Amino acid sequence: MPKMNSIGELNAYRGQLRNSAFPEKTCIAICCDTGCEACGSNYLVEAFNREIERNGLGGAVEVRQTGCLGYCERGIVVVMLPDDICYLSVKPSDVPDIVSETIMGGRLVDRLLYQDEDGNRIARQDEIPFYKRQMRLVFGSNKHMNPRSIDDYIALGGYSALAKALGEMTPELVLAEVKEANLRGRGGGGFPAGVKWETTRNAPGEIKYVIVNADEGDPGAYMDRSLLEGNPHSVLEGLIIGAYAIGAHRGYVYVRQEYPAALESIQVALKHAREYGLLGQNILGSGFDFDVVIHRGAGSFVSGESSALMTAIEGKVGRPRPKYIRTSVSGLWDRPTNLNNVETWATVPLVINRGAGWFKTIGTEGSKGTKIFSLVGKVKNTGLVEVPMGTTLREVIFDIGGGVPGGKAFKGVQTGGPSGGVLPVSLLDLPVDFDALSEAGSMMGSGGMIVMDETNCAVNTARYFLEFLVGESCGKCTPCREGVAQMLAILNRICEGDGLPGDIERLQDISAVVKEASLCALGQSAPNPVLSTIRYFRGEYEAHIYEKQCPAGACKSLIEYYIDPEKCKACMICLRNCPAGAISGGKGQVHTIDQTKCTKCNTCLDVCPSRFGAVTKRSKTAVLV
Amino acid sequence: MVELGTRVVTKREAGPVQITMTINGVEVKASEDMNILEAAREAGIDVPTLCYHKDLTPYGACRLCTVEITKGKRTRLVASCVYPAEEGLIVQTETETITRIRKTILEMMLARAPGVPVLRELGSRYGADSRRFDADHTFCILCGLCVRYCDEIKNAHAIGFVGRGEDLEVSFIPEIAAKECPDCGWECMSVCPTGVIPSNYALAAVPHFSYPKSLIR
Ligand SMILES: Cc1cc2nc3c(=O)[nH]c(=O)nc-3n(C[C@H](O)[C@H](O)[C@H](O)COP(=O)(O)O)c2cc1C
Ligand code: SF4
Ligand code: FES
Ligand code: FES
Repeated sequence: MPKMNSIGELNAYRGQLRNSAFPEKTCIAICCDTGCEACGSNYLVEAFNREIERNGLGGAVEVRQTGCLGYCERGIVVVMLPDDICYLSVKPSDVPDIVSETIMGGRLVDRLLYQDEDGNRIARQDEIPFYKRQMRLVFGSNKHMNPRSIDDYIALGGYSALAKALGEMTPELVLAEVKEANLRGRGGGGFPAGVKWETTRNAPGEIKYVIVNADEGDPGAYMDRSLLEGNPHSVLEGLIIGAYAIGAHRGYVYVRQEYPAALESIQVALKHAREYGLLGQNILGSGFDFDVVIHRGAGSFVSGESSALMTAIEGKVGRPRPKYIRTSVSGLWDRPTNLNNVETWATVPLVINRGAGWFKTIGTEGSKGTKIFSLVGKVKNTGLVEVPMGTTLREVIFDIGGGVPGGKAFKGVQTGGPSGGVLPVSLLDLPVDFDALSEAGSMMGSGGMIVMDETNCAVNTARYFLEFLVGESCGKCTPCREGVAQMLAILNRICEGDGLPGDIERLQDISAVVKEASLCALGQSAPNPVLSTIRYFRGEYEAHIYEKQCPAGACKSLIEYYIDPEKCKACMICLRNCPAGAISGGKGQVHTIDQTKCTKCNTCLDVCPSRFGAVTKRSKTAVLV
Repeated sequence: MVELGTRVVTKREAGPVQITMTINGVEVKASEDMNILEAAREAGIDVPTLCYHKDLTPYGACRLCTVEITKGKRTRLVASCVYPAEEGLIVQTETETITRIRKTILEMMLARAPGVPVLRELGSRYGADSRRFDADHTFCILCGLCVRYCDEIKNAHAIGFVGRGEDLEVSFIPEIAAKECPDCGWECMSVCPTGVIPSNYALAAVPHFSYPKSLIR
């Protein structure tokens, strides 16, 4: 395809793509993103290609490799278009049935359909509970395109927002639209993107930069990766529009080292966009010049912080610097620089295409539009979930996520990653909204949602996040480097049963100084996991400190496994399975556990036949209920 | 501060723009290219610092110089050594919160470098309990003064930071240090608040090259 020199040429090309597509052609959309790829989606694609060839269906059926379709728990996910039939947990061995039944026979393969608790099967993707309650504006087009195909994106209407901005709007108008929409940053603080753009636009200096933050270091979060892998052009289109509004001619995409597929995806997207004249000089004949460089991160959480990210691009160590002069005024190489998160950029084309008025109808008073969450942990349907702001945590976790598996009780949800906090059952009706989550002592962050059940310990969860932060702090400023490490030492001793009276207050004291005096937001928010768990689960801290008990039965130093001699049938199962060789006994001889050898791996409890129920996990000081 | 007298001068001649701010209730004149710390010191108000040096780029790491500023309706805590002086700014350099912060920071540093005179002195000023935190004697408080001195004044880059977080440390780079340091004569020692540099140098030198015994006091 030759370079497009005008908006007219882009529109004509789009028309041509749409006309050449045979609308009723069957398309098999196969998720080939990381989760499903790990389940073997490459083999599935091969199997489909072979089977289609074998049945002589070559020209009539398209096999499409797509980005993440969201329902990662049930991968490999396959959607049959145009009928929107969704098959879950598909294996290569299912392929002949899908081809002969669904494609050639027009019938459903029942066993691959979603089945609800009452045994009803649901065929259409948008009627499955996991999808039904979502509003997939940013993430929903994945099934309609191969992320490596710019033509798929254009056929779907891609780059029409850019054409609109360049052709019909001045940079000022674009800026005003984004401001009016009150699009808030999806990467952390929820700062209004339009206000930040304006600051950079108005800052003195000819040279300005725009940057995509794809560092995504929060444990459990993967929406930015999936967006880059599944729909890279949406991020790029948003970035070009932003650059036009701000007056930047150079952009950067900062991708973390651990994301090779996302890197490749954005590389391919940039190459195609350049070939099509959507990047480079005189974009679509508008006179606007802009190009993008990729910077690969070196694997550090703190490099996601704006000033650290910029020093990293400059080739120095990614270490935050004081930001009393904002990066939007003096950022990369001391030039005005606008940094936004992947999802923020991907939302921009929607705002431009459909207008601020439309955007503002979605969401709450202070938080507009939709937000993608990575719903993980103790929840039935793990995956990526996009909902309008204002949806309650309950709706996300229970209606969409299906609640906690294994009949266990819901305990809490950690939102906002290491800078966020744990919210308890009593706050399940809290809406997802930047301000509401912050007021509750957590935060939206980039949209991580880790569900905890009754077997997760609140103290241990806080300990986990602090351990992460101690390793990821840059170490520059005293409160964060020393304070978080001191807090971790206290949490460690609490979890080991050596907590001292007054430890809760000690944690609160140090937290206050770390929050108030740290240099960057990593330190300023590092105490949140501790403070929120003290606020909502104080009793659990007290049980650890004063009774040396872990009510959740999670802290290994505080529990032991016990074989009830009355119930043990001396069946040898646990004895054979114990990896530590800690169980003695024999045929007809009741088994016992040598506590000094036991590593508390839970194997004996797992394998003891439920009809015997001889193994129990109990607190070292009292039997757990 | 530039003394202007009554002579009429253009902005360029006068250098940076003159401003007025309030520190601890006193009106203070300063120039726009100063930070709050410099403005305060210029006015004779002492703010404790550990990582600041007037000839080096401010670093903002020890956080001891934290002060409270009010701008319009908003009050917050900032590191005075890196926050630019601004017209109309209202600054408090000693409040209960600030004392609590300085006390805790000094306690954290004393756990690293006990017995260092400047830390003990500041510690007693802010009521720090030197045994509050378990000791981890590295004798380095990671203020980065030596690193900046070597980079900015000597342009030698013989000493730098390695690692991150808890494992961050200052280390001589043996290949460069062997060449540069004897010529310079370890001037960086003059800026180190804890006096740990000779041992640091020895640590880098021992496995790599010889070093003058006279350095170890
Ligand atoms: C320690 C730390 C890590 C961060 N990591 C990320 C990240 O991985 N991705 C991201 O978009 N923002 C991250 N942020 C937030 C950024 O500093 C910045 O606010 C954001 O990228 C701005 O984009 P937005 O306004 O579109 O959200 C991080 C902040 C801190 C303090
Ligand atoms: S708060 Fe932590 S990560 Fe941020 S500058 Fe200080 S030490 Fe580095
Ligand atoms: S990776 Fe396949 S659905 Fe998410
Ligand atoms: S003197 Fe200001 S932070 Fe150290």
